[in-house]
Amino acid sequence: MTSVGTIPAHGRALRRPPPKRESGPIAWLRANLFGGVHEAVLTVLVAWALFLIVTALYEWAVRDAVWFTTDSLVCRRAAGACWAVIVEKHRVMLFGTFPYEEHWRGVVVIVTIVGMAVASGFRRLWSYRLFVAWVVALGVVLVLQLGGVFGLAPVDTNQWGGLPLTLILFVGTVVGGLPAAVFLALGRRSNLPVIKAACVAVIETVRGVPLLTVLFMASLMFPLFVPPELTIDKLLRAQIAMIIFFAAYGAEVVRGGLQAIPRGQHEAAQAVGLTYWQTTRKVVLPQALRIVIPALMNDIIRAFKNTTFVTIIGLFDVLGATRAALEDLNWQPYALEAYVFIFALYFVFCFSMSKYSEDVERRLREGRNY
Amino acid sequence: MSSTTVVRTRRRRPPPKRPPLSPSGLWHNVGFRGVLYQALVIVLVIVAVVYLVGNAQEAMTALGIATGFGFLVEESGVAIGETVIRYDPDDSYTRAYAAAVLNTLKVSIFSVVLATILGTLLGIARLSGNWLLAKLSALYVEGFRNTPQLVQIVFWYTLVVSMPPARQALSPLEGVYLSNRGLNLAWPVADPVHGWMALAFALGCVGAWGSARWAGRRRRRTGRPFPVVGWGVALVVGLPLAAWLAGGAPTAMEVPEMRRFGYRGGLALSPEFLALLLGLSLYIAAFIAEIVRSGIQSVDREQIEAAKSIGLGKFDIYRKVILPQALRVILPPAAAQYVSLSKNSSLGTLIGYPELFNINNQIVTLSGHTIEAIGIMMAVYLTISFTISTAMNLYNRAIQIKER
Repeated sequence: MTSVGTIPAHGRALRRPPPKRESGPIAWLRANLFGGVHEAVLTVLVAWALFLIVTALYEWAVRDAVWFTTDSLVCRRAAGACWAVIVEKHRVMLFGTFPYEEHWRGVVVIVTIVGMAVASGFRRLWSYRLFVAWVVALGVVLVLQLGGVFGLAPVDTNQWGGLPLTLILFVGTVVGGLPAAVFLALGRRSNLPVIKAACVAVIETVRGVPLLTVLFMASLMFPLFVPPELTIDKLLRAQIAMIIFFAAYGAEVVRGGLQAIPRGQHEAAQAVGLTYWQTTRKVVLPQALRIVIPALMNDIIRAFKNTTFVTIIGLFDVLGATRAALEDLNWQPYALEAYVFIFALYFVFCFSMSKYSEDVERRLREGRNY
Repeated sequence: MSSTTVVRTRRRRPPPKRPPLSPSGLWHNVGFRGVLYQALVIVLVIVAVVYLVGNAQEAMTALGIATGFGFLVEESGVAIGETVIRYDPDDSYTRAYAAAVLNTLKVSIFSVVLATILGTLLGIARLSGNWLLAKLSALYVEGFRNTPQLVQIVFWYTLVVSMPPARQALSPLEGVYLSNRGLNLAWPVADPVHGWMALAFALGCVGAWGSARWAGRRRRRTGRPFPVVGWGVALVVGLPLAAWLAGGAPTAMEVPEMRRFGYRGGLALSPEFLALLLGLSLYIAAFIAEIVRSGIQSVDREQIEAAKSIGLGKFDIYRKVILPQALRVILPPAAAQYVSLSKNSSLGTLIGYPELFNINNQIVTLSGHTIEAIGIMMAVYLTISFTISTAMNLYNRAIQIKER
């Protein structure tokens, strides 16, 4: 290639003044905040409103706030927030009615589930071993929660509560719901009319009603339909209801992925003599599931948020346990502070999941190996 | 090789023998297996239904509950805090259902409107060139999307009931009172002129639509422009205004008055309604904002550049180039959000808003007709979801690209 230095024949004509600065803080401000009169007025107004809100929040949440006290009367005299309610009640909010001296078991459960969830985020670790690790981890979680073996005091499921319960319901929903979603989606695309109709009926009915009614049916109607000796645990019933709800939504997402697989793939698989299940397992699903990972992540995040619904049927997940903690009349006036705390808690989980899913989506779009 | 030799050399073979009917042959026949599986599913479903219904009937007789929908005409005894229609606890269960369904619809409709307006503004703000506005909108979306809706509803409720008591109500504007009893607003005193204004508004809408059609046809024929937007606004706003002036311009406002048990008069929004309205609409607005943003981003940059190059203004670019194309991308997911919003109005039960799920619980407790009551509730929710998605599908079909 010829270097710039070899052009001087027309050099004089080409020499133009350098362009105006387009980088640097001043140029950035001009481009992004003060582009014109309208822009500038808008920016000033928004900044002013923001300033008012932030100072008011600062005064309430930091300047006038009470951080540590065991006496709620100290809070009553203060003008600001009473974060002491969190310090005072965090054990109930995080572990519900689980026996107090056994809370360490809850901590181990939280660490196990969060640790496994983080590990599952790394593509490098996706293998048969990860699956085995999950099975082992869930076994550990159940042993710790139920007790009764290895010298652990037995704990009834109606004493489960707080963050361990929220995480167990969440993991149970996803682990049970994903395979169910795949089967429902396959059933909906089946050539057999009866199976197709059954799957369509389940998916559309469940998607048409609120999760709350499904939970309500599980907790109220199920015992009516099943003889008393077969009635299962209330927690398990709620878990099954949540799995069904997740599966119905997940099925529609998976169906989208199945539809995206070209007919040629099926025909080629048939031509080499694969059976329906071989085709599905080795050709269709690996491609279809890959496409729908981001959309499934949305459903998974929603499943996490939906664990709060069990509060309404009387289980003590983080929200239910917080409400129970606030029944203490001394601390009831500081409910807002307690809810701010659990907002932060839920946000950490959901936000990290949604950032992860954005990353997956970007990788898929760029065609990188995912 | 000529074709005749082919015909001569190929011996006509007899059709292949059918394999004798054997269990193993049948088992490997795909069609037969399909039928078998389906028959199995049908039998399983029937057995399960018979078993479950039998159990339920046994349990019901044991509890002494009569089955059937006869209870619907009986006196309910259900107390409902706020209703759209007149309702007393000695009215029938049917009327209790009607009141509950109307409460659900009321909060859902207002939330849908609020969520749509707020979500659209947030979506546009997120794409605006103003850095501050875009970042604030992103902050809102991430914050509201990533926390559970139920916690938000409980939070708003806690916030409203921790407002000062009615006597020291916050009053940022004359006639607006925010207290732990909810929000009380001054409201125009009912007047026959309002009916005429509504009629004038309807006429104005029809007129605006008609004039837009006429102007469009004339522009295509003759090329002469017509100020459609100006005339439309003039008709829609001007006609009701004219009706109001013609009716003597009544300005009487009913201002909420402090009585012994809180405010009387004016428009009163209960804390439960207010909290549920905020909880439903602010949460869904975050999702609508994302949908609107991706809808606008789906319009090719070249389209906008082309529109700029033929001299369209900013407003016209939005109205005539971006919106018609973005709407096609926006509508289907937005419809799903509206369905989700109306279903999640059932969460109001936790804060005591008398919507369908809440009242249905009370009906179950009072009447004992668990199965029928849950059946009715499911049917109503299915109808609402189905109506919303059908309406949105029809609208969606109307705005699709017409390919002829």
